[in-house]
Amino acid sequence: MTEIPEHLLKRSKSAKAKKAAAAGAEEASTEDTSKIPRALLERSRAAKAKAGGGDAGGGAPSGGGAAPVPAGPSGGGVATLAPPVALGPDGHTQRLLTVVKSGSIQDIKSKPVDKVHTWPHLLAAEFTAALFIMAFTLIFSIFINAPLLTLADANNTPNPAKAPWYFLGLQELLTMFDPMIAGVTLPGVVLVVLGMAPFVDKNPSNKPEDRKFMISLMTVHLMFWAVLTLIGSFFRGPGFNFTYPWDTGLTGIFHL
Amino acid sequence: MANTIQKRKPTITEKIGESTGSMVQKTQESQIWNSIFRPGSIFRKGYTDSPRNRSYVIMNSVLYHLHPVKVKRHAVKVSYTLCLGGLSFFLFILLTVTGIFLMFFYRPTAAAAWSDIAALKTSVTFGLLVRNMHRWAAHLMVLSVFLHMARVFYHGAYKAPREFNWIIGIVLLTLTLLLSFTGYLLPWDQLSYWAVTVGTNMMGFSPVFGDSVRFVLLGGKQIGAETLLRWYVLHVLMLPFVIVIFMAIHFWRVRKDGGISGPL
Repeated sequence: MTEIPEHLLKRSKSAKAKKAAAAGAEEASTEDTSKIPRALLERSRAAKAKAGGGDAGGGAPSGGGAAPVPAGPSGGGVATLAPPVALGPDGHTQRLLTVVKSGSIQDIKSKPVDKVHTWPHLLAAEFTAALFIMAFTLIFSIFINAPLLTLADANNTPNPAKAPWYFLGLQELLTMFDPMIAGVTLPGVVLVVLGMAPFVDKNPSNKPEDRKFMISLMTVHLMFWAVLTLIGSFFRGPGFNFTYPWDTGLTGIFHL
Repeated sequence: MANTIQKRKPTITEKIGESTGSMVQKTQESQIWNSIFRPGSIFRKGYTDSPRNRSYVIMNSVLYHLHPVKVKRHAVKVSYTLCLGGLSFFLFILLTVTGIFLMFFYRPTAAAAWSDIAALKTSVTFGLLVRNMHRWAAHLMVLSVFLHMARVFYHGAYKAPREFNWIIGIVLLTLTLLLSFTGYLLPWDQLSYWAVTVGTNMMGFSPVFGDSVRFVLLGGKQIGAETLLRWYVLHVLMLPFVIVIFMAIHFWRVRKDGGISGPL
């Protein structure tokens, strides 16, 4: 079965409750709560009895809302009804032959989607996020200054010379492979493979349990870069040789 | 007998309140006011919180109409997106604003650059604070764009019909890195100079055109005064221009591809 959106369920629930309450009230005091004066009702009943030749007795049930409701879905899309009890205006019997359910003839292409107004539901969340990130950046900037070392000097190479942190994974690769591979081929391949992901991954599901392979692959990939970046940041001392951060200090963090 | 209830004279504050009330009402009724604030604005007379006005808020605002009037209920769950794409965009705006401020005090020449940055601390009101914000927001943006990409991947949100937007996203990630990297050189201190030297040396290893790309970017065989000017123009004009175009396509495609991807 299709999933029924939450708001539609809620609406039908409240409508049902209302109907039940109304029916209860009607049963409790049919005549008293009716807006039609008792005298008029009496008169119409008498007139109907006359017109029907007296055979209809008390006349047709006055409550129009009491018409029989079609039975529940029978799967086939066509629900047949037992001969109805209601009588028409002239005492003729009316028969409801079939009820054709909408789904059996019409092809409904778009399912109803549970939606909310962007304002305030989404915008409020976005404003909050924007304020949060503003506040965070502001407070962080009040307490921690951006680094500014001495004037650039082409003749004075610092040891170690490091790239910005997001390239440190690449710089780390350079220590292991030929620069052609580490500096160009590998990052290029990574970007191209990432770009091809939607065309290679034909699995239509987006549920984590259906895509264990892709998720593990991505996790290994991300961890690979994260580890390289961390090593490049904290475990590389003078000459880009391996050191431990507790030997050389967390110098990397002051050079962002 | 009937006049036992005495009419109290209105106090000054009440009088002021009354006249401001009528003034506000008159202003809100004026043509000028109504031409500025479109229907759905909370500043309009008789604003009520109705579905109609909620729709107008989005439709009648140049900023908000990036959004559809209604979004899927699960899309507003912060736990789904962590607002990472939005945060990247906010950080970009923050970087633009602080960057424009910094441009007033910076000359991209080898002789002046470093001292201009140093002078931010000593002779520009809020200079150091704005520079700090620019720096940290830039690092944060790189981080949030990375995390955004990871989030999108883990939700399988790159799948049809969002394949193209995923590729646009990869372009945006690359552009973000380039923006950050070009900005890295501008303080012209030992840190930026050598970080960029290391970074561009990697670039030179690319086959066939590597050396020529490096030469064009650096304006010479190694980093010098020309590099500073080139990277400045790239950083403040060209790359922002390009990234804004790609961002526009990115956001537009989010809507065209049916909003953010469905619940898991």
